[in-house]
Amino acid sequence: MLTTRIIPCLDVKDGRVVKGVNFVDLVDAGDPVEQAKVYDAAGADELTFLDITASSDNRDTIYDVVARTAEQVFMPLTVGGGVRTVEDIRKLLLAGADKASIMTAAVHNPDFVKEAAERFGSQCIVVALDAKTVAPGKWEIFTHGGRNPTGIDAVGWAKRMVELGAGELLLTSMDRDGTKQGFNLELTRAVSDAVSVPVIASGGVGTLDHLVEGVTEGHASAVLAASIFHFGEYTIAEAKAHMAAAGVKIRPVQTA
Amino acid sequence: MNRRVTIVDYGSGNLLSVRRALECCAGEVTLAQTPEQVRHADRLVLPGVGAFAHCMALLRGLDLLDPLKEVAARGNPFLGICVGMQILMTEGHEFGKHAGLGLIDGMVEPIPTLDGDGGRLKVPHIGWNALGEPIAGRWDKTLLDGGLRGGSQVYFVHSYAARPANSDDRLAETRYGGQAICAAVAKDNVVGTQFHPEKSAEAGLDLLERFLGW
Repeated sequence: MLTTRIIPCLDVKDGRVVKGVNFVDLVDAGDPVEQAKVYDAAGADELTFLDITASSDNRDTIYDVVARTAEQVFMPLTVGGGVRTVEDIRKLLLAGADKASIMTAAVHNPDFVKEAAERFGSQCIVVALDAKTVAPGKWEIFTHGGRNPTGIDAVGWAKRMVELGAGELLLTSMDRDGTKQGFNLELTRAVSDAVSVPVIASGGVGTLDHLVEGVTEGHASAVLAASIFHFGEYTIAEAKAHMAAAGVKIRPVQTA
Repeated sequence: MNRRVTIVDYGSGNLLSVRRALECCAGEVTLAQTPEQVRHADRLVLPGVGAFAHCMALLRGLDLLDPLKEVAARGNPFLGICVGMQILMTEGHEFGKHAGLGLIDGMVEPIPTLDGDGGRLKVPHIGWNALGEPIAGRWDKTLLDGGLRGGSQVYFVHSYAARPANSDDRLAETRYGGQAICAAVAKDNVVGTQFHPEKSAEAGLDLLERFLGW
């Protein structure tokens, strides 16, 4: 039976991790490769790098990060942040990424998703949706970290992205992101039930129960979290044990 | 015994990930783009992502179809991964009907989008799932006769699945939505995995290690 994926997300800036595992025994905690190895050993099911490099001069650092990670970590790797062209995706895949996550570029030009899916296959095209509540039971797509409204309805947008070829959706609730109050379950369920592809829930995880709810009540296929893992509040193994105890199927952590 | 392995480099697939995983297992990797290079393979790995017909068209464009069949007929270890596994079959039904390499009899068809109870099933089938033995003893002395016996899971990402015509060619299956989906095929020296060993952590490396020693 297919298991629910737990996906840690690392923010990478100029080739360095700026929000990541707070492990004292790492020689270089800012090195994405070191962090990826820690998560791999801990039993993470997939890893996401979010490139938050602002300067275009340093944009190429992410390819080096991906290449060095893929040399040592044999698990699925997704990269998002600043993916704007087919050439960006090609370079990420050549460096060793398995999936590219598209957000702003899809809002500006939805056909980019179609072009990318036709060229590389839907399986490696993730569309990221940042959604904010605008009325009860109604959510709107925002860009630029929740600052810019687009007027686009989130559920309709999710369906359209899947029609254009997205193989997976990464759904972040901008209302909940960083609050530790749990996923926006109503939003997550509305999107998950509306589309045929897997939905990764993101934004707001503060407890292990939140991870469980994302699946049981939000109907998500996978859960993404950053801070609860990075700051050592919980380990991947604890998250998996908790989910298993709640009846969610997970991939057991291999103990060497 | 040598650990030489040739990866078919035809413009499809996460070739680098496959290469790195094989090198991690001490494989001596070369890439093949020409018919000559493919014919010289001691062991052959055929990766593949994207659509069935697209992969076949790329191989045809490089005149690699006959060399691949020759290597398979010669008895060298031959491993297809993901769509590289699907095109081992006779025919694929993605965006119309298309001929495959025909090394293993059977079709490649869409994963049903309904589960056994009539509920909707998410497709693509993405994530980690356990492998099962279609019949007891099927894995004996095969690439799966190792770490995978311990119930380890492997990573899948696919919307289509093979249906071998002969049940003997079905090497492994995985449960999704209450149904058994073909997860690996094997016939003599030709093996295909629907899952990605190069992305399946220790379990996947164990399989590749066996392939290099085969």
